Amino acid sequence: MMPPAFEYYAPTGVDEVIDLLEKYGDDAKILAGGQSLIPLLKSRITAIPYLISLSGIKDLSYITESSNATRIGAMTVDSDLEYSDTIRKRYPILMDALSKLADPLVRNMGTVGGNISHGDPSNDLPAVMLALKATFVARGRGGNRNIKARDFFIDTFTTALEHDEVLTEISIPVWKEHSGGSYVKFEKGTWNFSVAGSAVQLRLENGAVVEAGIAITSMGPKAMYIPEAEDYLLGKKFHKSVISEAADIVVEKSQPSPDTYGSVEYKKNILKRITMEALENAFRRSGGM
Amino acid sequence: MTGKEVSITINGEKKTAEVEPRMLLVHFIREIAGLTGTHVGCDTTNCGACTVIMDGRAVKSCTILAVQADGKKITTIEGLSRTPGKLHPVQKAFVDKHGLQCGYCTSGMVLTSFWLLNRKKKVSEEDIREAISGNLCRCTGYESIVDSIEEAQRNLEKEGGYTEEEIPVRRGR
Ligand SMILES: Cc1cc2nc3c(=O)[nH]c(=O)nc-3n(C[C@H](O)[C@H](O)[C@H](O)COP(=O)(O)OP(=O)(O)OC[C@H]3O[C@@H](n4cnc5c(N)ncnc54)[C@H](O)[C@@H]3O)c2cc1C
Ligand code: FES
Ligand code: FES
Repeated sequence: MMPPAFEYYAPTGVDEVIDLLEKYGDDAKILAGGQSLIPLLKSRITAIPYLISLSGIKDLSYITESSNATRIGAMTVDSDLEYSDTIRKRYPILMDALSKLADPLVRNMGTVGGNISHGDPSNDLPAVMLALKATFVARGRGGNRNIKARDFFIDTFTTALEHDEVLTEISIPVWKEHSGGSYVKFEKGTWNFSVAGSAVQLRLENGAVVEAGIAITSMGPKAMYIPEAEDYLLGKKFHKSVISEAADIVVEKSQPSPDTYGSVEYKKNILKRITMEALENAFRRSGGM
Repeated sequence: MTGKEVSITINGEKKTAEVEPRMLLVHFIREIAGLTGTHVGCDTTNCGACTVIMDGRAVKSCTILAVQADGKKITTIEGLSRTPGKLHPVQKAFVDKHGLQCGYCTSGMVLTSFWLLNRKKKVSEEDIREAISGNLCRCTGYESIVDSIEEAQRNLEKEGGYTEEEIPVRRGR
């Protein structure tokens, strides 16, 4: 179907985007890669009178590395991360997620910023950013503001971004030596969103966990991090019973709803299995087994 | 509703038209440029029948607005072979290895294959299956498509590179 009619703007600066968002209020929305928004418009689930594209802004697509962080421009397309040596070396957890995200053609258009800003509990990158303890940069009328990933996801399709704020950058800390992570996604068919996804990032000292990030996809109203499981892991070394107990905590804190993908019980069973797998991968990748 | 003027270079030829902002790229290609080799097979961004190469990347033209493609370079199935009457090595492989039955998915399959084979030097069967995971085929069961892409890789190796095309592809892992 054709989307309902709208006006289209593609300004060349973030400030003009903010002007237009202020001018048209709730009738306006940002367009990034369009891989979530255009399907919603085509199926007429939503109508947006004013679409404001970020594609005219030159400097929102980049990956830069420094010794303590990796900064990613919000308009960087998923496949640019997927083919980046920096990302491959620093964040295997992100490579896991990208390689299973939608399909290669959608990844050639969809942006990292869009994946995060959409606030869809089934998007894969939010859980990864929660596990990696990323920080987002939002630009509004008053300038830039940093928002921790852990304060960003509020509810289904609701984030901490104000209506007239643009997400401009994602900053992921560098995880020091003896760290590693994994994202395990369970899906029914490539083009489907996950039934459940589990993201685990660990840092070890002498084989024992000193820092942990654990978050889940499609298992509640939003991407959720699980501090109880993170705390449980501190000081622990790899053992089958440790990963099983940590996964039990994750399952207990999850809030899945029944849908065409399966019942609550089914989803919890899947979550347990994939969380154990992600934990095992993370221990292995950080040299703890 | 205000019309927008857009210019899109399709297969080396610039097309300019005033369009409604809601017009999808696939409709610009089919109805304004008159190139009907690019198909529409679904309403949900799943099937890949609408695949084209835009600025070096294979994308789904049913999920891009024509206004988003303003100023971009597009290659469709009609532009793959630059020599009239001669098939591109990827197209020839699909013929030789029976990579199609009804042909509805084929233009998308061929363009995704072209993108894969130009992006990556040596591809495995796994790479091939992963690359076409956004292109659906209701007829073949995929085996003959995978065979065709393997054959296309051999064809391209024999012909010694991709210089003939002048279709830039963004390189990657
Ligand atoms: C067939 C199919 C399968 C998919 N499967 C998956 C999957 O398995 N996993 C997954 O994670 N995703 C999946 N997706 C979604 C895809 O990853 C989208 O690309 C992504 O969710 C949104 O990114 P976008 O750049 O396309 O954003 P858009 O669709 O352009 O925008 C999405 C939302 O974010 C807002 N927005 C975008 N950028 C910004 C910004 N910089 N600042 C503020 N707000 C902004 C927009 O206003 C809009 O509300 C799938 C999509 C399709 C079509
Ligand atoms: S027509 Fe099906 S993905 Fe574009
Ligand atoms: S050949 Fe018929 S859909 Fe693929």
